[in-house]
Amino acid sequence: MKLVYFAWVRERVGKTDEEVDLPEGIGTVADLVRWLKGRGEEYEYAFENEGIVRAAINHVHVKPEAPIAGAREIAFFPPMTGG
Amino acid sequence: MARMIRIQAEPFDAAAETANLTAGRGDIGALVAFTGLCRDEGGRLTALELEHYPGMAEAEIDRIAEQAEKRWPLLGLTVIHRFGRISPGEEIVLVLAASAHRRAAFEAASFMMDYLKTQAPFWKREHLKDGTSGAWVEAKEADDRAVERWV
Repeated sequence: MKLVYFAWVRERVGKTDEEVDLPEGIGTVADLVRWLKGRGEEYEYAFENEGIVRAAINHVHVKPEAPIAGAREIAFFPPMTGG
Repeated sequence: MARMIRIQAEPFDAAAETANLTAGRGDIGALVAFTGLCRDEGGRLTALELEHYPGMAEAEIDRIAEQAEKRWPLLGLTVIHRFGRISPGEEIVLVLAASAHRRAAFEAASFMMDYLKTQAPFWKREHLKDGTSGAWVEAKEADDRAVERWV
């Protein structure tokens, strides 16, 4: 599964994207965030305020409780500031 | 309905885009054009840098446009959003909404901008006069409230 990061989430994690093999039992976006936070302090820092970071699965906005089964690409990013 | 969405680094020409949208059309009675520009924030900024999520940016703006077309009888809708480094005074975003009558055109353009600001995956970072990169621009609560009025 491919993970991509944008803006200050990208800077905190220290990479633009990565391929990950998830262990059993990670069913939702919130589970994935919890797992990522256990991988190192850069992830801990990026997701320190979980309520702030947004997620998208296959280019569609999703909530933390969204299932991740079958996802090709999951993105994490701050609230958007375009326009 | 003529829907045109572009994400690009290059500047755009609002007058040329308007001419494209209305060319050969006799049915359009109202066209609202909104252009968002880069501000210097009281002289503090030399530029804004816009990061975007390629692929999702187009897809999300397309979904917002689809919602607008369902709500208002539009005859044309153009959205152009730039990314990359943009200097004060340069344009960032263009929305053109065309309809037979003004109310639909005004409301659709306003709706598009409210959703673009809060749902389209773009992020602004400030570049300061002293040559340093400043902070990422924080999302405004007022923008979230602006969206709520359409729900």
